[in-house]
Amino acid sequence: MRNLYAIYRKELAHYFVSPVAYILIGVFLIVAGFFFNIILASAIQSAFSAQMQSTRFGAPADFDVPGAVSRSFLGLLSTLVLFMSPLLAMGVYAEERKRGTIELLMTSPITDAEIVLGKFLASLTLYAIMILPTAILLGFMNFRSDPHLPWRMLLIGYAGILLLGGSLLALGSLISSFTENQLIAGVLTFAVSLVIWVIDAGRHAEGWKGDLFGYLSLVRHYDDFTRGVVDTSALIYYCSFIFLCMFLTVRSLESMRWRRA
Amino acid sequence: MIEVQDLTKTFGERTAVDHISFAVNKGEILGFLGPNGAGKTTTMRMLTSFMPATSGTARVAGFDVFDNSLEVRRHIGYLPENPPVYPDMTVESYLDFVARIKGVPAEKRAQSVTDALEKTNITDKRDELIKRLSRGYKQRVGLAQALVHDPDVIILDEPTVGLDPKQIIEVRHLIKNLAGNHTIVLSTHILPEVSMTCDRVVIINKGKIAAVDTPQNLTSQLKGGQRIRVEVKASEQALREQLAQIPGASRVQTEPAPVNGHVLATIEASEGKDIRSAIAAKIVEKGWPLFELKGVNLSLEDIFLELTTDDAAHAQQAGKSE
Repeated sequence: MRNLYAIYRKELAHYFVSPVAYILIGVFLIVAGFFFNIILASAIQSAFSAQMQSTRFGAPADFDVPGAVSRSFLGLLSTLVLFMSPLLAMGVYAEERKRGTIELLMTSPITDAEIVLGKFLASLTLYAIMILPTAILLGFMNFRSDPHLPWRMLLIGYAGILLLGGSLLALGSLISSFTENQLIAGVLTFAVSLVIWVIDAGRHAEGWKGDLFGYLSLVRHYDDFTRGVVDTSALIYYCSFIFLCMFLTVRSLESMRWRRA
Repeated sequence: MIEVQDLTKTFGERTAVDHISFAVNKGEILGFLGPNGAGKTTTMRMLTSFMPATSGTARVAGFDVFDNSLEVRRHIGYLPENPPVYPDMTVESYLDFVARIKGVPAEKRAQSVTDALEKTNITDKRDELIKRLSRGYKQRVGLAQALVHDPDVIILDEPTVGLDPKQIIEVRHLIKNLAGNHTIVLSTHILPEVSMTCDRVVIINKGKIAAVDTPQNLTSQLKGGQRIRVEVKASEQALREQLAQIPGASRVQTEPAPVNGHVLATIEASEGKDIRSAIAAKIVEKGWPLFELKGVNLSLEDIFLELTTDDAAHAQQAGKSE
């Protein structure tokens, strides 16, 4: 435990020493805020037209603004995360390998698993710090809505984005452990993210192909979370994915011990 | 403290370490001497439990490096060729981190860090960012990290490379002071370093051990008979022929001297014979001006070259003057 904490602490401190983390978080929040604005405005617009329609045609005027906004916004976040996570994760192992500090870690009395877990938790923490301020946006909107969404729904939505992000970070870290070059790791992770995105698009296809893609899609499982539904199968899916990536990362570290100087 | 038996490491077809065996006693300083690519770093990586061996065993502090990897790592401080430092950390926070992952208990950590800083003489840099330190200081931080948990065994891979002469002396002093309390293995290709700091030397070449002994023993063992060097104004060919005729001279080597027209000759005598006067007499007899005549001791450098130079090239050179 103590080793785990030591690694975690060091990693987290590292993130905040370089300007990269601050820039990423800043840009992310600005972009997210910008889109939130658009989504909210468009939802309010739709609410007004529904209102007008109902006075004219007598149809019910219910347009769930908070629901629509939160679903759209959470959906947007997932797309942003898909493309931001390579940047967060690319240096996790690549930089250590390049500096030779990985040799320090691997000749110290700590297990490879402790290294992997410590680093993962630190990257997850950074990710949470990046994501959670957006909750202020949704939270405030919900607070001012009448009727508002049950808060539990927002909670679940964010649990989902954390799981999705965690999965992508675990994947990015794994890829980072394959190389000494951060950029290669970043580009590779980005490419894999694109594939994931494409797989997700493929689930709209007909028949078994659509089903298969849907089953595999990292993003689809997230949809339920946006609706405030906690599907245990989705939970298991994400946890398994994260576990698999971490397991492979441990193996990747082990394989470093067998390589020539 | 360290026992190595038949240790072997192959990378595909290449054998980096070839069935080496040696032991290091508690408190001893063992030098690992060898040309680049001899297998020094690979051996150290196996001792520190970083890399598993292909075959053979190694035990450190009684623990097998493969079966009890974590235990071994607890007892070893390791400084690789490039100090494994994090540039964005301060010296103190770096050493604190290393102390943590090496298992130093919380209550002892601060003191251990301070001690390590003092021993390596970098206390005044404790709040400095590592990336701002010069190479020499970075190396010392690397050394400090190998000491911070007060390990039984300290393994240093080329600890003085890149340091200025003053720092080199300091590091050597430090190493010598550490012996006794710690067992030290250091690798180097700087020969004087070995004779100055090490109790025993392992000469390794192409993955195999060429010799294991104290520096003094090695020097005297291979000294064999007397060696005389002369500087004479003569033709190289003629000088060589004449010197070879002296009774007791077993080998003659000549080469042109820096000064134009002069020749340097090294004459090896067979065991027990003093041929200095015979040499002087012969030179005078021939009427050649004699500029220098002195006895030469076989230095560790010569031994090193002798043991690690290809046999073919060596024989060729020997044959040239026979």
